[in-house]
Amino acid sequence: MVRNEYTPFLSEILQVKKHTDIEYTFRMAFSGEVKPGQFFEVSIPKFGEAPISVSGIGEGYAELTIRKVGKVTNEIFERYVGDKLFLRGPYGNGFKVEDYKGKELVIIAGGTGVSPVRGVIEYFNEHIDELKSLHVVAGFKTPGQILFLEDFAKWKQNMKIILTVDCAEDDTACHVGLVTEYIPKLELQDKTNAAAIVVGPPAMMRYSINGLLKEGFQEENVWISHERKMCCGIGKCGHCKIDDTYVCLDGPVFLYTKGKNLID
Amino acid sequence: MGYILDESSMQKVLDALKKDYIIYAPKRKEGEGMYSDTDCIRYEVVDKVAEIEFFEKSNYSFKEVLLPISQTLYYFTEDEVKEAEPERKKGAVIFLRSCDLHGVKRLDQMYLQNGFVDYYYKRLREAVKFVVIGCGKSYDNCFCVSMGTNVPEDFDLALYPGEGGYHLESRWDEITSIVGQLEEKEIRIPFVEENDVKVKIPNNLSIDIIKSSMWEEYNSRCINCGRCNFVCPTCTCFSMQDIFYTDNGKAGERRRVHASCMVDGYTEVAGGGSYRRKNGERMRFKVLHKVYDYKKRNGYHMCVGCGRCDDVCPEYISFSNCINKLEDAMKEVSNNG
Ligand SMILES: Cc1cc2nc3c(=O)[nH]c(=O)nc-3n(C[C@H](O)[C@H](O)[C@H](O)COP(=O)(O)OP(=O)(O)OC[C@H]3O[C@@H](n4cnc5c(N)ncnc54)[C@H](O)[C@@H]3O)c2cc1C
Ligand code: SF4
Ligand code: SF4
Ligand code: FES
Repeated sequence: MVRNEYTPFLSEILQVKKHTDIEYTFRMAFSGEVKPGQFFEVSIPKFGEAPISVSGIGEGYAELTIRKVGKVTNEIFERYVGDKLFLRGPYGNGFKVEDYKGKELVIIAGGTGVSPVRGVIEYFNEHIDELKSLHVVAGFKTPGQILFLEDFAKWKQNMKIILTVDCAEDDTACHVGLVTEYIPKLELQDKTNAAAIVVGPPAMMRYSINGLLKEGFQEENVWISHERKMCCGIGKCGHCKIDDTYVCLDGPVFLYTKGKNLID
Repeated sequence: MGYILDESSMQKVLDALKKDYIIYAPKRKEGEGMYSDTDCIRYEVVDKVAEIEFFEKSNYSFKEVLLPISQTLYYFTEDEVKEAEPERKKGAVIFLRSCDLHGVKRLDQMYLQNGFVDYYYKRLREAVKFVVIGCGKSYDNCFCVSMGTNVPEDFDLALYPGEGGYHLESRWDEITSIVGQLEEKEIRIPFVEENDVKVKIPNNLSIDIIKSSMWEEYNSRCINCGRCNFVCPTCTCFSMQDIFYTDNGKAGERRRVHASCMVDGYTEVAGGGSYRRKNGERMRFKVLHKVYDYKKRNGYHMCVGCGRCDDVCPEYISFSNCINKLEDAMKEVSNNG
């Protein structure tokens, strides 16, 4: 008989890291194959399920960085270390680090959009010689809303980090302004052959990609990640379909040449 | 091989089948139709041949036998899940028409092929036999000929109450051995070769059709009730639903229930964001899935031309009419550059 993909497994919360009042990273017990950009369906009986990207991968665990916005996510925030959550997955295609090897890579992420690419950044932080160079431009609304602050401090050694906030309340180390303002300032050797990953709210992705293309980036070198309503994560429920594409199966990561043609 | 059976021999066949199978067939429910004094024909378990409605199209399709409207996936407590038992322990025999048998292929595509194999569908799909009912005439709104679904492919039995009794064609050894003592007859189960309604799907149909003004009409006409999806033998979408028992707040069950892309909430994400807010956009999404993008993915159209969506729409919106507008709409969008 085939595997029952719908029944979730229990996973223990190993660690909870608080970034902001409504954004925590939950380190979940998990051993198995998983790639950055893939997602789990987090399942809480009585409340439902929510697709959540993998924000970190390590020996015996997978991390989920969750924003508290509704029924399921509120309930997740009631759970602490030692408690358990039901999970199923991982699902989706995820990012393939091989796609970027040997290239100049630019990662542009907004808000919780950093979660799905965090694994990619971590990988190249450990294997920085596999890239020609790495730039990360990450935008948040306010300094108080910056996620993964310690990671950025650590990553700074190996790559160029531009942290920016829409507005600063006080003097902080980060830049002020939208991520798009920093795109023309990227110092790269050959933009036509450089690769880019753009993840964040739809408007931010649109403007950032326009900015990259204007700078000479090629559409076939740009990767994005889409979010849609998902009820199954496995190509059955139909909710995530756009044209002939199932975001849960064929995505959520798309090459821009494909992603740009997906019109709801 | 063909046979002609009288009612009692036909009933014997059914009785033999009942040992190992539950028989599902279209049944007339008097006075339960959409409007007062109309009947509703829908799928139920049948015992007697006489209960089966052979001469009219069913309002709802067979799909509920394989994809229950509401299906419990598992029972849960806070830290345990227990898979739900199958809805039936026996096999099933489904009486259905040619278009619907083609519909089975679409359900199989979605539930057995598209990505993962669906455990719950597979479980109900195993040990299912199909009895295709001949169509002596084309019914209202049918356009199976245009969709190429008027002639059935893989059936186990074909049946038609014709001259002198039930005409039966058997490709099922078990049944052949039951009726085998009867004299073999030259029979021909009828299938329609022409419908009043014909559709033409333009060859140059492309996603540019989104820009056409043709969809605007549906913004106001369609009331997004979703009935067109619920009656469709090829609509496969569902949503998850958690139910918990009030006497024991810790326990409950997770179900999946049929969903409709025409109804509010289908694309809604946290914070109230949603796609395709207008009914015209939803109509476009549905129509293109049925006659455009499913084919791009799977090689043949999803719609089987059963016409049930036209039969059921309270606003008299015709799906086949809509398909026939696509050609002009393609001209419109290509002229606009
Ligand atoms: C591929 C993918 C990756 C995601 N990664 C993250 C992540 O790393 N961190 C994070 O905080 N959030 C992520 N989200 C968004 C997250 O799934 C939603 O915020 C969450 O489903 C909200 O559920 P809720 O019950 O708390 O909210 P409610 O508003 O109460 O949810 C209502 C219903 O809508 C559905 N839903 C709501 N928003 C979404 C959405 N954006 N996508 C799919 N279904 C939705 C839920 O399944 C639920 O049934 C991701 C979404 C997708 C599709
Ligand atoms: S049945 Fe008619 S009114 Fe109802 S959603 Fe379908 S097209 Fe719209
Ligand atoms: S779209 Fe309408 S005509 Fe086509 S299969 Fe579905 S119900 Fe039948
Ligand atoms: S989430 Fe169900 S089909 Fe993609």
